[in-house]
Amino acid sequence: MDKIVCTCGNVNPAGTLLCESCGRPLNKETEDKKLVDMRYEGSARRSQTYNKTIIDKVWNFFSSVKVGVWLIIIILVAASIGTILPQVFYVPATSEVDIAAYYERIYGTFGTLYYELGLSDLYSSWWFQALVGMLGISLIIASLDRVIPLYKSLKKQKTKRHFSFLKRQRIYGIGNIENGEESIKKAEEKLKTMRYNVKREGNALLAERGRFSRWGPYVNHLGLILFLFGVMLRALPGFYVDETMWLREGERLYIPETNGYFLESKEFIYETYSKEESEEVYGDAIDRVGVIAKNYQTNVALYKGPEGAVAGHLEDLTFEKEAAIQVNKPLKFDNFSVFQMDFRLDELASMTFQLQDKETAESFGEFTINLSDPQPVYELSNGSKVEILDYYADFTGFEEGVPQSQSPLPNNPAFLVKMYTPEFPNGETSFVMIKETLEPLGENKHKIAFQSVETRDVSGLTIRKDLTLPILMLGGLIFMIGVAQGSYWNHRRIWIQQLEDGQVVIAAHTNKNWLSILRDMDTVSELANLPKYEDQQDEDSKADKEEGV
Amino acid sequence: MAQSKKQRFYIRTAILAVLTIAIVFTIYSNVTKEKNTVLQVGDKAPDFALVDLEGNQHRLSDYKGEGVFLNFWGTWCKPCATEMPAMDNQYNVYKDQGVQTLAINIGESNLKVNSFKNSYGLSFPIAIDQNKSVMESYNIAPLPTTFLINPDGRIEKIIKGEMTEQDIAAFMEQIKPS
Repeated sequence: MDKIVCTCGNVNPAGTLLCESCGRPLNKETEDKKLVDMRYEGSARRSQTYNKTIIDKVWNFFSSVKVGVWLIIIILVAASIGTILPQVFYVPATSEVDIAAYYERIYGTFGTLYYELGLSDLYSSWWFQALVGMLGISLIIASLDRVIPLYKSLKKQKTKRHFSFLKRQRIYGIGNIENGEESIKKAEEKLKTMRYNVKREGNALLAERGRFSRWGPYVNHLGLILFLFGVMLRALPGFYVDETMWLREGERLYIPETNGYFLESKEFIYETYSKEESEEVYGDAIDRVGVIAKNYQTNVALYKGPEGAVAGHLEDLTFEKEAAIQVNKPLKFDNFSVFQMDFRLDELASMTFQLQDKETAESFGEFTINLSDPQPVYELSNGSKVEILDYYADFTGFEEGVPQSQSPLPNNPAFLVKMYTPEFPNGETSFVMIKETLEPLGENKHKIAFQSVETRDVSGLTIRKDLTLPILMLGGLIFMIGVAQGSYWNHRRIWIQQLEDGQVVIAAHTNKNWLSILRDMDTVSELANLPKYEDQQDEDSKADKEEGV
Repeated sequence: MAQSKKQRFYIRTAILAVLTIAIVFTIYSNVTKEKNTVLQVGDKAPDFALVDLEGNQHRLSDYKGEGVFLNFWGTWCKPCATEMPAMDNQYNVYKDQGVQTLAINIGESNLKVNSFKNSYGLSFPIAIDQNKSVMESYNIAPLPTTFLINPDGRIEKIIKGEMTEQDIAAFMEQIKPS
């Protein structure tokens, strides 16, 4: 593979179709064409040229636009398959077995197949990410392989182009005119006023404008690459956090992934619109659906543990701030945002009981059990007391005589208690459940009578941190700049030359919007009296007009 | 000419290598993230300090040079309860051989944990992770989960689910200081 030396003396890289300098066709094939392909200025896309080592082969594979388009199509199809059934993320199950069962139960055989093939977790599958990664490589390599030669040949282009180049341009005309020199001079003046960048070289003229529109596609690819890079950063620890937590009123919990922050819920507020206040707007809707939510809000206090404190540390928390978290109004601190996402109303918080004589209903006093922290003994008046032997938060029944609790949540509290009264100093044992009492060790004289209950609400909060957002936004912005650059500006060039024999040649090229460049030329031509020109491609094939690049 | 060819080869190789490494790394970290966001075998075990039911403070870093058998559990969790007596037996075998056993309850009440402890007659230290910060830093998903921490303070193994007495004995043997 040798460099190609043009007749004009310019040394072109191997594979060049049109001399970078004068524009002469450099091989037979190009010469035979009536029009030249101007897409990359006839420059040598190096990928098309060298194909020796394995690295070159890989490089050429990714450099191909065809490969890039296929990658996009494959990703598009794969991504749309992922939308047929809900992804694992949205399935109300956590263990593998439950998830598999869910797909089978809800979607049948197709669901099982979908799950087995890994389509239920498509977007985090290695192969989907590999496809996107390959598209990223394709974007980078294909751009590099085109923008560098294009830049070089646009930079090297001479004002004076060879006749063989000019006559192969889409817009072309030649003819004898009265005063060639004078006409070119006039054209130069006019083109300058039309904001063309005009260069002269002897009897040749090149008017050019909007060259920067040619960089549009590459700027736009740069934006995309930046965007993909931002998404890639999410995989690194510390860049992206998306966690959830349930927080009960009065509870103070560690905020996941935050490195030493604690959140306490003071109150959860759920408000609905009343008919009176919103008759006009929601009146009909309230009649139809019953209630319309007005506000979901968690009032919280944020605390921070001491510097360098280890997990489990409970003391020395410093108060940071109080905040009201509402939907779309998160609590913000240290790049984290805590959002109001969900809630559960009226979870049991405490229960109040009375120790009574079963017959006479005589009271020995009341006591209140905080369900998240029951005390071993509740002292009552006159030496009576109630001892809590055991507590079952979510009581489900007995197994071999042993009471069972299926979770630590107070969904169905039950207590094993011992009641001490002056009459029974050794105590009477009772098993207290909601609405029912068992007396495992024989008939009792006393009972624990349920008095009242207090509830509390639970807030479902989401903790988010995304340091990649600025990068994603910048990527998006650059992408849009590239699109605008390539779409709203055109790269136009007009060549006018007086040949040795006195004939004047005019030729023009634009990367899009041929009508406008013709209009520009008409304006100039009218004033400068240039030879007639025509759109050669239009002539050739009226059928497939507007094939523009 | 030959030089520029060589240069081209190196530039292309470098670009492809950088891109490939970036993508492989991304995919690798995304795929492994699914399984365990934070901790993996070989990682340094996050330090914590908890007070057990007897009022003794247990700070992980104080046990440097000893193996730590760290068990996360809840009273409502059946497999946790099943393995407790076996753990207690092995605790008594290995406590004088430099293996510390510590059972961390996930935020239940003192009363409940105490009554559980008494009904099973457990002798190893039990601490309650009240604000769930230890649970978060160890990223506990199912209960029971057990971490074997070697005398260097690194995670030797993560066991999710119930263990038999034989398992427990073998695990304690594994982290015994030599």
